[in-house]
Amino acid sequence: MADLAAVVGIGQTKYQTKRKDVSIAGLVREAAFNALTDAGLTWDDIDAVVVGKAPDMFEGGIMPELYLTDALGCNGKPMLRVHTAGSVGGSTAIVAASYVQSGMFKRVLTVTYEKQSESNAMWALSNAQPFSPHLNAGAGGFFAPIIREYMRRTNAPYDVGLKVATKDRLHGARNPLAHLQLPNITMKEVEDSPMLWEPLRFLESCPSSDGACALVISNEELAAQSPKKPAWIRGAAMRSEPTMYAGREQVNPQAGIDCAKDVYKQAGITDPRKDLDCAEIYVPFSWYEPMWLENLGFADVGQGWKLTMEGATSLDEKGDIPWNCSGGVLSSNPIGASGMIRFAEAARQVRGDAGDHQVDGAKLAMGHAYGGGAQFFAMWVVGSEKA
Amino acid sequence: MRDIAIVSFVQSDCVRDAGAQNEVELIMPVLRKALDAAGIQSAQDVDFTCSGSCDYLQGAAFAFVSGVDPLGAVPPIKESHVEMDAAWALYEAVLKITMGQAESALVYGFGKSSPGELPIVLSQQLDPYYMAPLWLDSISTAALQARTMLDNGDITEKDMAEVVARSRKNAKSNPHAQLKGDVSVDELLAEPTYLSPLRKHDCCPVSDGACAMVVATVEKAKEWGKPYAVLKGIDHRIESHNFGARDLTQSPSTQAAAKSAGVANGPVEVAEIYAPFSHQEIILKRALGLGDDTVVNPSGGVLAGNLMMASGLSRIGEVAMRIIRGDIKRGIAHATSGHALQQNLVAVLEEA
Repeated sequence: MADLAAVVGIGQTKYQTKRKDVSIAGLVREAAFNALTDAGLTWDDIDAVVVGKAPDMFEGGIMPELYLTDALGCNGKPMLRVHTAGSVGGSTAIVAASYVQSGMFKRVLTVTYEKQSESNAMWALSNAQPFSPHLNAGAGGFFAPIIREYMRRTNAPYDVGLKVATKDRLHGARNPLAHLQLPNITMKEVEDSPMLWEPLRFLESCPSSDGACALVISNEELAAQSPKKPAWIRGAAMRSEPTMYAGREQVNPQAGIDCAKDVYKQAGITDPRKDLDCAEIYVPFSWYEPMWLENLGFADVGQGWKLTMEGATSLDEKGDIPWNCSGGVLSSNPIGASGMIRFAEAARQVRGDAGDHQVDGAKLAMGHAYGGGAQFFAMWVVGSEKA
Repeated sequence: MRDIAIVSFVQSDCVRDAGAQNEVELIMPVLRKALDAAGIQSAQDVDFTCSGSCDYLQGAAFAFVSGVDPLGAVPPIKESHVEMDAAWALYEAVLKITMGQAESALVYGFGKSSPGELPIVLSQQLDPYYMAPLWLDSISTAALQARTMLDNGDITEKDMAEVVARSRKNAKSNPHAQLKGDVSVDELLAEPTYLSPLRKHDCCPVSDGACAMVVATVEKAKEWGKPYAVLKGIDHRIESHNFGARDLTQSPSTQAAAKSAGVANGPVEVAEIYAPFSHQEIILKRALGLGDDTVVNPSGGVLAGNLMMASGLSRIGEVAMRIIRGDIKRGIAHATSGHALQQNLVAVLEEA
C-alpha cells in the first residue's frame, strides 16, 4: 500500500508572453522559490528534484535539467526529468508524488516550465519526420478535424466553443497570474476573431506563454508540520495508447476513459459531477471542454456540450461543477507547465487558497492533463482530508 | 526500496548506422526477446512501462511517441517516459513497484545517434546562454577533464591506453560489441591524438540500438517461475553544471550514490561502468571504491559500443544476466548523463 503524500507548497510565476527579465533558470527558480516559501521551507529541506517540460526542441536545449540543477538547489541530490508530451506537467507531479508514496523520500520538489518566447513550438511540432506522415499544422491543425467530428456526431450548436472561450477568460480575469486578462470579453468578440483552423478561431485557442509551476510534496508526518493546509493526494493515474491504430477512437479516447476510471476508483468517486467540487481540465482549444466532459464521465456521450451551455462549468453562472476556475490553458499556456498548473490549481482549491477564483468550500478537486495527439493522459484527485 | 527482481534483459547489437530503421524497428526485436524470456506476451502483461530516450538524437520533437507503437498498447497501458538514459526509467519503475502500484514493469531505452554528429548535438546540453553558443562538444569537455588529470599526475596516458586495451579484449566475448580485438598498449599509444590529450580510441564509438528489461517484485518473479537477479539498491545524484565549480578529477555524485545504494555492503565481483571516455573509468573506479579484485567492464563497456539512452540500462542488464547465468553472486552497475560525468546512477545487484 502506498504511503500518504500531500502537496504542502505551491509556486507559480505570473504567466505572460515574454519574461525578458529572467533566463530559463531564473524562471524555474522563481516558481521553485515561491513553492518553498509557500511551504515555509528552504532548499536544504528538499530530498530530490523532479523536472518536467515538453519537447527539448522547443527551447533548443537538450536535457535542460542538467543545466537547471544549480538554479534548483539540486547539487548532490537526485534529479529526474520526465517528458510525456503535453501531459508532462501532470505526469511529472505524479512521478514526484511516487518518490514520497514509495516511502523512499520524505519531501521532494517538482518543477515544470516552458519559455515559449525563447522557443518556436509551431516549428518544433511541425518539422518533417523521416518515417512518419508530415503534419504541417501544429497542434490546432491536428485537433480541428477531431473537433469537427465531435460536432457532426452530437449536432452541438456552433457557439459551444465560443461559450467555453468566453467562460474560461472570465475565470482567468479573477486570477492575477493568468496570462490573458480579458474581463470584458464577449462571445461576439470571440466569434469575430480570425478563423485559424476551422472551427477554431484565434480566441478559441490557448496563448503562448512563459511560465513555470512548482510543487513541494511531502509525506504524512512532514505534512502535519506544514504551516498551511496540505492538499492530500487521493488518487493519481496515467494512461497511454498508440498515436495511430485501426479503429482508434480519437474523439473520445479510451486512454482518457480508463485513466479517469482508475483515478476515480482510487479516490472513491462514483459520480464525478456530484462528488467533485471543481476540476482543472486541460482544455487548450475551446471545444475540448464538452469533449472531455464526456470522456471523463461528467456527462453522457453526446451530452457534454449541454453542461457547458447551461453554465454548469461556470463560476460566474454559479454552476454546480466549475471547470478551470483559474482560467485554464485557454488563459495561460507555458506548455510543459500547463498540466502541473492544473494539478496545482486543484490543490489550491482544496486548500481554500485560490483567491478570487476559489470555489466555496471545495473539498475534492481533480487535475487533468493530456498530450501528443490525445494519446497520453495524467490525472490526479486531491482532497482537503486524507480519506 | 523493496527488493526488485530483474527477470530478463536483452540488448541489440551496437551498429554505427542503423540505416533506414525507425524507432519501432530498433525497439521491437529487443522487446520481443525480453518479453519472451520473461514468459509474457506484451506490455499488457506488466503493470507499468517506462522508457528513456532523447528527441534530439533522432531530430524529432516527439521521437519517444513512436516508442509506444511497438508495445501493443491497445487497450491503453500505464506508461511513462524520461528524457534520460533508461537506467532512470528503471528508477521510475522501482518507485512504482515499491509504492505498491505495480508488481511488474517493462523498461526500455533506445537511441539512434547516427542521423547527427553526436558530439556536436550534445554541445546543446550545456547552459543555453553561456556555453551552448560556443558549441563546446562532449569530446572537448572530456578532453579538459583528462588534461586536468594528466597535469595533476593522477593518471598517465598509458593508464588510459590500458583501459582501452582491456575494453577491446573483453569485448571479444560480447556479440553486441562494435569495437573489439587484441591491441597492445604500445600500439594504442602510437596512434595520433584526436582531441588532445584524447586519442580516438579513448572515446566511445557512436552507435545505434536499443535494450529492454523486465522487472518484477520477487513474489511475482517466483510466480512466473523464471530465474532472476535481485536489485538490492539504486540511487543517483547530480552535480553542478558549472565546470569551474567542480573538481573534474573526482566524482562525488558517484561516491554519494554508491554509498546510498550499498556498494560496500559486500564483495563486488563485477562492475559495469558507463565510462564514455577511457580516463573516466579510472575516476569512476575510484569513486565507487573498487579494488583490483573487481572485474571492470567484462562486456567491454561503452568504449566497445555506446547506445545513447540505453547504455546505462545495459550496464545494469549486463550484471543482472551474469548473476542469472550463475557466473557471479554480486555486482554493481553505473550509469552517467551529461558532460564530464555530471550526473551518475549506481545500482547494486545480488543473486536471489
